[in-house]
Amino acid sequence: MKKESSRIHSFFRSGKGDSPAKKLLIHLILIMASVIAVYPFLRVVAISLRPGSQLLSTDLSLIPSNATLENYRTLIFEKDFTIWLWNSLVVSLTTVIVGIVLSASAAYAFSRWDFPGRKQGLVFLLTTQMLPPSMLLLPIYVMVVRLQLFNTYTGMILAHSVGAVPFSIWLLKGYYDTIPRELEEAALVDGASRLEAFYKIIIPLSTPALGVCGLFSFMTSWSEFMMARVMLQKADLFTWPLGFQKLLDQFTTQWGVFSAASVLVAVPAMLLFMYSSKWLISGLTLGGVKE
Amino acid sequence: MIPLTWEIASRGLTEAGRILVMLAVGVAVIEALAYLILHKWLKLKNALPFMLMLPAFIAVVALVIYPFLFNLQLAFSNMSMYRFKEFSVGLSYGIQNFLDVFRAPVLQNVTFAQLLLRTVVWTAVNVFFHVLGGLFLAILLNRPLRGKAIYRTLLTIPWAIPQVIAALAWKNEFHYQYGFINVLLQKLGFAPVQWLSDPKWAFVAVIIVNIWLGIPFMMVIILGGLQSISPDYYDAAQIDGASGFQQFRAITMPLLKPVLTPAIILGVVWTFNNFNVIYLITKGGPMEGTDILVTSLYKAVFEFYRYGFGAAYSTVILIILLIFTWIYLKVTKGMGEVADA
Repeated sequence: MKKESSRIHSFFRSGKGDSPAKKLLIHLILIMASVIAVYPFLRVVAISLRPGSQLLSTDLSLIPSNATLENYRTLIFEKDFTIWLWNSLVVSLTTVIVGIVLSASAAYAFSRWDFPGRKQGLVFLLTTQMLPPSMLLLPIYVMVVRLQLFNTYTGMILAHSVGAVPFSIWLLKGYYDTIPRELEEAALVDGASRLEAFYKIIIPLSTPALGVCGLFSFMTSWSEFMMARVMLQKADLFTWPLGFQKLLDQFTTQWGVFSAASVLVAVPAMLLFMYSSKWLISGLTLGGVKE
Repeated sequence: MIPLTWEIASRGLTEAGRILVMLAVGVAVIEALAYLILHKWLKLKNALPFMLMLPAFIAVVALVIYPFLFNLQLAFSNMSMYRFKEFSVGLSYGIQNFLDVFRAPVLQNVTFAQLLLRTVVWTAVNVFFHVLGGLFLAILLNRPLRGKAIYRTLLTIPWAIPQVIAALAWKNEFHYQYGFINVLLQKLGFAPVQWLSDPKWAFVAVIIVNIWLGIPFMMVIILGGLQSISPDYYDAAQIDGASGFQQFRAITMPLLKPVLTPAIILGVVWTFNNFNVIYLITKGGPMEGTDILVTSLYKAVFEFYRYGFGAAYSTVILIILLIFTWIYLKVTKGMGEVADA
């Protein structure tokens, strides 16, 4: 009797008592959900392999007949693909460095000192993440134009740093909080200054966190579209999101090339995301809940 | 085609190098000044933390606070394409801009009230399905199961793909003749749908895409929450004879709340502010039929060049977002107190 009820009641917990039929049902549901999650991307791969003559077809198979790498060749040798990747790389790597340099020490101050205005500062940093990016678009655009930074990498990097700096401070502060204070106190007893303790103990211990933080800033800047759309109008400055959008303006001719480009950008991005997602999640939840 | 020549490559490196040098010099100057003023002159006890924060503080002021205030100033100006350099600021311009938000179509056809309603529908429908789908999948994944890690990885893919790529790829798939959705519908014996040329269906299309994109985030967050609930609670509930649904309501939901509340706020803010999905798939069209507040804001500013108006409009949008969040926090907190009592 007890066993029976525990089986019935265990639906919402990680119980062990699933009957084979129920297990099968769960697998079926999860397989279906996985197909829905993955299929659109597999389609992109399939279309990227289609030869030009078969680009427009109602074929749903995942490996087209006469699969060819023609689209990849066109993309790399006849489109500005390498330029787009280069531009994106310059912008996002510089944004990462700016973000880390400015936030690493600020986050330390937030983590270790109880100065007046600390709590308000933290709340403020969180609030900036809620500002609609479209709201700061106009003032930043006007500022960039006035500083004569329109159509430059510098303007783009400034625009991307808007989000990167507060986000990095918030994330790093959460990590510093987990480093025991005793480590620095021991160094202070040994005659080191607070600043030395920070550079010689905290920074080396935080290398993984700094890396993760840089990775997130990188991924955000790397895929950013709206700011780039406004700040860049010269084709040799386009980042890849802009370039991709332009590619698709001519739907029928460029579908295959666009798909090839998507595969080349999305696969590394997805691997990077899978690799780093567990830190992102703890940063989003823990960092957000902890005071 | 523009080849990636050494000239272009070195231009990028030079600009990046210049920024980094300026950053280093800037930080050094700021720190030196701060050291002299805060430590030597004012002899502040907290001089060091202030010095550690100062460069980031100045950056935040320059990149967030100043643009924000500048935006408010622009809301009270007559700035437009023809008055980009020489615009004037005055209360009457501000009143005019703010009134314009409410009294005429924001762009050409659709009024503010309609856009607001559509944004609320867009946000509510999306977040509802994100939470529902995420909760459902997370509950399934929280059970002992073979191949759990594989399912989890596959199910996270929509979140892992760069949003721009996902949105553009979906745009192709809504093509009337060659997109897989219509091909599939026809194979199943349904009539193909005019996805992107009929405003109603276009709105359905962007919602489908955004639901697809957003479920993995909620799933992962909720799964983390479920895994942190101790099984003891369920054991105790079973001894007391609680049914599965009762356990869900009395144990799972309340204990998920600390995880779910911030996740839902984030979800609402992200969805409300989501520009990419709608702009890349439909550009807000056809006939402004899929515009939400933020896409129409973008178009008012960068396609209609109504800068002063746009600044006022964005202020209104921000206020709405703040009220949204505030109400949500109030309501959920209120519910928490009821549950505690």
